[in-house]
Amino acid sequence: MIHFAELYTRLDRTTKTNQKISALIHYFEAADPADAAWATYFLSGNRLGRVIATQLVRTWAAEEADIPAWLFEESYQTVGDLAETVALVVPDGNHHYSKSLAECVCEDLLPMRDLPEADQRSRTLQIWRNTTKQVRFVFMKLLTGGFRVGVSKRLLIRALSKHSGVNTEVIAHRLMGTWESTAESFLRLVDPDEGDSVASRPYPFCLAHAVDNKRSIEQLGEHNEYAAEWKWDGIRGQLIRRQGQTFLWSRGEILMENTWPEIEAAAASLPDGTVLDGEILAAATVGDVLPFDQLQRRIGKKRVGKKLLKEVPVVFHAFDLLEREGEDIRLEPFASRRKKLEALLRKVDPPNLRITQLMQQTAWDQLAKIRETSRQHHAEGLMLKRLDASYSVGRVTGTWWKWKVDPHTIDGVLIYGQKGHGRRANLFSDYTFAVWDGDALVPFAKAYSGLSDQEIRQVDRFIRQNTSESFGPVRSVTPTLVMEIAFEGLRISKRHKSGVATRFPRIVRWRHDKQPSDASSLAELKALLDSPTEPIEQP
Amino acid sequence: MNPPLTYTDSGLYCPAGDFFIDPIRPVKRAVVTHAHADHARPGSESYLACAVGKPLLRMRLGSESDFHFLDYGETINLGGVNLSLHPAGHMLGSAQVRLEHKGYVAVITGDYKLGHEPTCQSWSPVECNLLITESTFGLPVFRWPPEETVVRQINDWWRDNQAKEICSVLYGYAIGKSQRVLAALDDSIGSIFTHGAIEKGVQAYRDSGVALPDTKHVASAESKQDFRGALVLAVPSAHGTTWMKRFGQVSTAMVSGWTMIRGWRRRRFMDHGFVISDHVDWPALMRAIRLCDPEEVWVDHGYSDIVARYLNDTGRKARAVESKMSRIEEDQPQSSPAASEAYQ
Ligand SMILES: [Zn+2]
Ligand SMILES: [Zn+2]
Repeated sequence: MIHFAELYTRLDRTTKTNQKISALIHYFEAADPADAAWATYFLSGNRLGRVIATQLVRTWAAEEADIPAWLFEESYQTVGDLAETVALVVPDGNHHYSKSLAECVCEDLLPMRDLPEADQRSRTLQIWRNTTKQVRFVFMKLLTGGFRVGVSKRLLIRALSKHSGVNTEVIAHRLMGTWESTAESFLRLVDPDEGDSVASRPYPFCLAHAVDNKRSIEQLGEHNEYAAEWKWDGIRGQLIRRQGQTFLWSRGEILMENTWPEIEAAAASLPDGTVLDGEILAAATVGDVLPFDQLQRRIGKKRVGKKLLKEVPVVFHAFDLLEREGEDIRLEPFASRRKKLEALLRKVDPPNLRITQLMQQTAWDQLAKIRETSRQHHAEGLMLKRLDASYSVGRVTGTWWKWKVDPHTIDGVLIYGQKGHGRRANLFSDYTFAVWDGDALVPFAKAYSGLSDQEIRQVDRFIRQNTSESFGPVRSVTPTLVMEIAFEGLRISKRHKSGVATRFPRIVRWRHDKQPSDASSLAELKALLDSPTEPIEQP
Repeated sequence: MNPPLTYTDSGLYCPAGDFFIDPIRPVKRAVVTHAHADHARPGSESYLACAVGKPLLRMRLGSESDFHFLDYGETINLGGVNLSLHPAGHMLGSAQVRLEHKGYVAVITGDYKLGHEPTCQSWSPVECNLLITESTFGLPVFRWPPEETVVRQINDWWRDNQAKEICSVLYGYAIGKSQRVLAALDDSIGSIFTHGAIEKGVQAYRDSGVALPDTKHVASAESKQDFRGALVLAVPSAHGTTWMKRFGQVSTAMVSGWTMIRGWRRRRFMDHGFVISDHVDWPALMRAIRLCDPEEVWVDHGYSDIVARYLNDTGRKARAVESKMSRIEEDQPQSSPAASEAYQ
C-alpha cells in the first residue's frame, strides 16, 4: 500500500505525461502481479462501489479528531475532497500498516462491506491510526470510491505497453470489458504470447474530433474524401454477437444487460463473429428518431415495463462493422467496412437494427445547409468520416469529425456561487445563472466550466466581496456579472423554477460589456425549446 | 469590565491610550506588531514597535518615519494604559501587544506561531482577560508536521535535483519565511542564490545578528552563471515569469502552510509543497488559548467565524471580529500576484 500511495503521490504531483509514464513503469516493474492487477483496476477508472456509507466515515472522522460534526463539514468545504479531509483532520498515525495493495483490498476493503457497523468502525479507525496521512488519503480514496489522479486510460495503456513490450492496441483490447483484477489476469495482460479469445470482449471505441473555430471545415480537405451522416443524439454502443451470445457495451465500457431487450432480440439474427458499432436511439422500427429526453426515460431502469417499451421503442443504428465472420476488419478502410456492413444488414435485415444513411455526396456548403436542419431531425449535427481511414483506437486526429450545430446561447446573470472540488476546492467556481422573468431573476443553469484560471480567481474574489447571504455552502451574490451560457438542448421541467432544464450548460465568455439589465429573458430562453413536448418528469 | 479596545474604520483602536494596533489607514499613533505589509502600513504620524525588528520596519516604512522602539517586556504608559510587547515567534521582531487598563489585561497576538527556531525569539504565553488572536490556519485540517521532517525533505529534494543536474527553486514569502528556511538549509550541498526582495531581508536579518548561510544575489551573478545543482530562494510571484529563464531546467517547490491542501498545490502548478508555516496550526491555536486562559477571545484574521463558534461550543466565550485587513500572500489562500509583487 505504501508503494501504491507513493505512485499516487508521484502521479498527482506532475502534469507531464512522460513523468507519469515513468512513475507507472517504475511501479509495475517492482510490483507483485496481484498488486499490479489492482493498480491497473483502479487507474483505469474502476471503483469498488460503496464499501461504507460516507456519512459514517464523516462521523467517525469527527469523533477521532475530537471535533464537532459541523466543524468537520466546514473543513470539508475548504478542502473540497472527503478522503483528503479525513486524512488531514485525523491526527497523524504511525507507520505500522504494512499490507500490500492487494491485501488491503481483499482483506480490509472488500470484506468491510458485510461487517456490522461497529466492526466497520473499529477496523477503519485501526487503519487510520496505523497509517501516515499519505497512505490514509489513498486508502480513503479507495474506500469512498472517488479515485482520480489524472491518468487517462490511454496513458495507462502506454505505460503497460512500454513495461511489457506488448503493443498498445493489444493492451487496450485486453483491458476492455470485464477485466478481473487477479495476478493471473495481470500476467495475461502483459504476456506477449497470450491469445485473445474472450467472447464478450469489445473493441476500443473510435472517437471523433470536433470541427470548430480552431479547425474549420475547409481545412479537412476535399468533401469527396469523406462520408457524411447524421450525428445522432443517443447512446453509443457496441453490439457483439459471438458464440451464440449477445453483448451490448456502452462507450463507458459498461455491459448493458436487460436495458434494451429489443436490440438484444434483434442481434440474435446476426451471424456469429459479428461486431457492430452504432447508436441506440428512441424510434419505432419505421419512422423518425425521437428526442433524447424520450430515450432518457429508459436509462437507469433495471427492468423496462411493457408500457414504456411501447411508448419509447428503441433501435440500434449501426454505422460501422468491426468484426465479420470472426475476423477483425478494423484495419480496412471505412469505405470497404461500410460495403460489408450494407451487405450484412441486407442479408439479415432484423427489425430494430437499422443502418445509418449516408448523405449523398455534396459539397461542403451544401452539407452546411443540411447541418442547419439537424435539430428538426433530433440530430446534433453531422459526422464526417474519412473513406480511406481504418477504425482507430481512441481519439486519433483526422479520421472522424463531429460537426455539431452551434449550441444555443443565452446571457445569464450570476446569482449564486459555490466552492468547487479538487483543483478548485477553496475557490468559488460553481455558478448558478439567472434570466429575467419580469423584474425577477430566475435561475436556469448551473455551470462550472469555460472560464480561465485567472477569470475564476477574479469571480471568486467578486463572490467573496459581494455575498449578500449564505445558506450552507452556497453564497448568494449581488447580481452584477453577466456571462454568455451555451447549452446543447432545452426541455420543459416542472422541477426547475424557470420551468425549463438546460443540457450541458457551459460558459462561453464573460460579457464584461453587459449590465445585468442586458441579460436575456425567460421568454427568449423558452423560445429555444427544441420541440414543445409535454413535460416529462424524471424518475 | 469593558475591554479598552474597539474596532473602527481604521482598525483596532484603544480610546484611553489614543492609539491603533496594526491600523489599515494612516493614523496619528500606530502600534505595529511586525513588519509584514498587512500589519505595517506607511503614512502614520508615529510608530511604536519592537526594537528587534528595527531594520525590517525601516525597510518597510522608510527610515524617515517617526519611530519609537520598545524592548520585549519593557512597559510604557500611554494615557493610563500600560503597554508592553512580548515575543510572538512569527518572524524577527514580531510582537504580541499587552495592554493593561484599570486592571483589565488585553493581549493582541498579531501573527504568531509556537515552537522554537533560530531566526526569531519564541512565543511565550501572556495571561489576560481578553485575547485577540489571528486564525489564518484555524481549521482542524491544519496540523503541521514536525519541522525536522520537512527540513530533511527540503534538503533531500535539493540533493536529488543536484544529482539530476537541475536547479532547485524554492518559493517562500520574502521576509520571515525565506530567512527561516535559509537558516535550515544544508549549505554543504551547494550554492544558495536569492531573489532581490529576499536578499534585502537576509541583509536585515544579518544586521540584527541572526547567523545565516552565505547567499548570492541572483541579479549580481554573472551572465553565464551555471545554476545547475544550485538552490534559488524566490518569491512566489516569480513563478512562471521570464526571470526564471536563466535557471535552465528547474524543479519548483513552495514553502507554505497552504501546501498542506492538495487542491491548493495543484492550482499553482508547483512540483512540490513543503509544509512550514509561521502561523499557529489548529492544535497550537487551541494550546495557546488554553495557556493564556482568557475570559474572552476575539478571533480575527482568517477562519474567525469557525474558530469563535468552536470556542463557544467548548465553553469559552468568543466572538469573530473583522478588521478588514487585506492579507498578504502568506496569510491568504487566494494569492494575489499584486500583493507579493510589492516586495520586488
Ligand atoms: Zn505576518
Ligand atoms: Zn498577517
